[in-house]
Amino acid sequence: MEAVLRTQALSLWYGSVQALKGVSLDVLENRVTALIGPSGCGKSTFLKTLDRMTQLIPGVRVEGEIVYRGRSIFDPAVDVTTLRRQVGMVFQKPNPFPMSIYDNVAYGPRTHGIRRHGELDAIVEKSLRQAAIWDEVKDRLKRSALSLSGGQQQRICIARALAVEPDVLLMDEATSALDPISTSKIEELIAQLRERYTIVIVTHNMQQAVRVSDQCAFFLQGELVEAGDTQGVFSAPKDPRTQNYITGRFG
Amino acid sequence: MEGLSKKRRLMDGVRRGSLWLSAGLTCGVLALIIGCVLWQGLRHVTWELLSGQRSYLNDTNGILPNILNTLYIILLSMAAALPLGVGAAVYLTEYARGGRWVGAIEFAAETLSGLPSILFGLVGMLFFVRLLGFGTGTLAGGLTLVVMILPVVMRTTQESLKTVPQSYREGALGLGAGQWRMVRTVVLPNAADGIVTGCILAVGRIMGESAALLFTAGASAGLGGFFRALYAPSATLSVSLYVYVNEYGDMDTAMAIAAVLMVITLLLNLAAAWTGRRLKKRKGGR
Repeated sequence: MEAVLRTQALSLWYGSVQALKGVSLDVLENRVTALIGPSGCGKSTFLKTLDRMTQLIPGVRVEGEIVYRGRSIFDPAVDVTTLRRQVGMVFQKPNPFPMSIYDNVAYGPRTHGIRRHGELDAIVEKSLRQAAIWDEVKDRLKRSALSLSGGQQQRICIARALAVEPDVLLMDEATSALDPISTSKIEELIAQLRERYTIVIVTHNMQQAVRVSDQCAFFLQGELVEAGDTQGVFSAPKDPRTQNYITGRFG
Repeated sequence: MEGLSKKRRLMDGVRRGSLWLSAGLTCGVLALIIGCVLWQGLRHVTWELLSGQRSYLNDTNGILPNILNTLYIILLSMAAALPLGVGAAVYLTEYARGGRWVGAIEFAAETLSGLPSILFGLVGMLFFVRLLGFGTGTLAGGLTLVVMILPVVMRTTQESLKTVPQSYREGALGLGAGQWRMVRTVVLPNAADGIVTGCILAVGRIMGESAALLFTAGASAGLGGFFRALYAPSATLSVSLYVYVNEYGDMDTAMAIAAVLMVITLLLNLAAAWTGRRLKKRKGGR
């Protein structure tokens, strides 16, 4: 199994606070990798560093290496916009732009130079179908995305991320702001998307990690405590801290 | 218990009364000014006054040149201050975020917008009128006002840029949009209503400005078209109001000008409210 993204001894500081301590993790192709751990353990920071979103924050310093398909993402020759096209991100809170549903999904393709209506129409439909929301919105593509419910908005955001045909999809607690029904829809969606994409999710919900992920990585205070096969990590954790966390002793 | 609740009721009444009083006084003063100006002024507003110009030779009185000069100066100043101010604000909030200089520039802009306007007039006279040799006219006056309103436009734009949720920026950048594309397609459209409000504020200041224009745009006015006005003394409505009272002793015309100014301001505010509502509606649109 090929590692699409490979981090080596990745450390990150917000000013003088160290948020990641030498994390080395392989993200395998066409697998769902779940990052778990208590709040403030660095899992979201780790996720956002994978497409260099943490670098938007002033005072952030990164050490170590992230290799995406054989090439360092910190290589000065790497164009960050190209990287973010290949490594898409879905955020914790649904953040559709205040535009129509159509324009939201077409935003990425337009950014990358696709202007022809026929082509855009096809991409929008395909992405909305992949995000399992086409049937709900196909008659109101011109309506504002903000008029939708939270769960629908999040699927619009997923469709928007898929529209640029990424290779990897990062999801930062993408269901934590949603109700149980919307959550289960998105979990089903992740299961389907796994066939075509490599997915990394951050989740607070351990049942969710068990349900949707193949690989699992447990973070604690900026450290990667344990990573491996999800079944293995949950049934026979090697580290006592993992054991304590997944059995609910803290976190 | 009885006594306490009585005292409470009394205190409540006193507080409520004083709130009513302050609200009533504020509205009362406003109504007094508006009523006085409109009552004294509107009856002197005639078609001849609005469409003619003041001339000793023909014995006519009119403020058309002043109305036009006001428009010219508004156009000139806004044409320069809007792109400059919005550009500066975008640079400071979107590109140079958090730098040491940003704070200094913001502080300087804050200070500039608090300076008495006659100071701008004085500097404008020395710099634009004399040093650059523009003479008094709408060019020197307009440029002086650009300096004066630039901080206003910049600061209000900055404030409205800051209200655009960070999640929109992250969303755009996360899709691979470059900084400029993100600003143009996501940030600016969502700050548009605030920018419009800033512009209306700036136009309001231009309309009401007299001190900064007295030295730079001149105190007299003639009808000569936009290009002649650039280099010829061109009093705006507010300046001519001062001149009518102080030099001609013509209170009736002055009150008429005041009424005209008030009506234009009212129209501007209505237009601003309407535009703001429309932009908001489009933004959150159904």
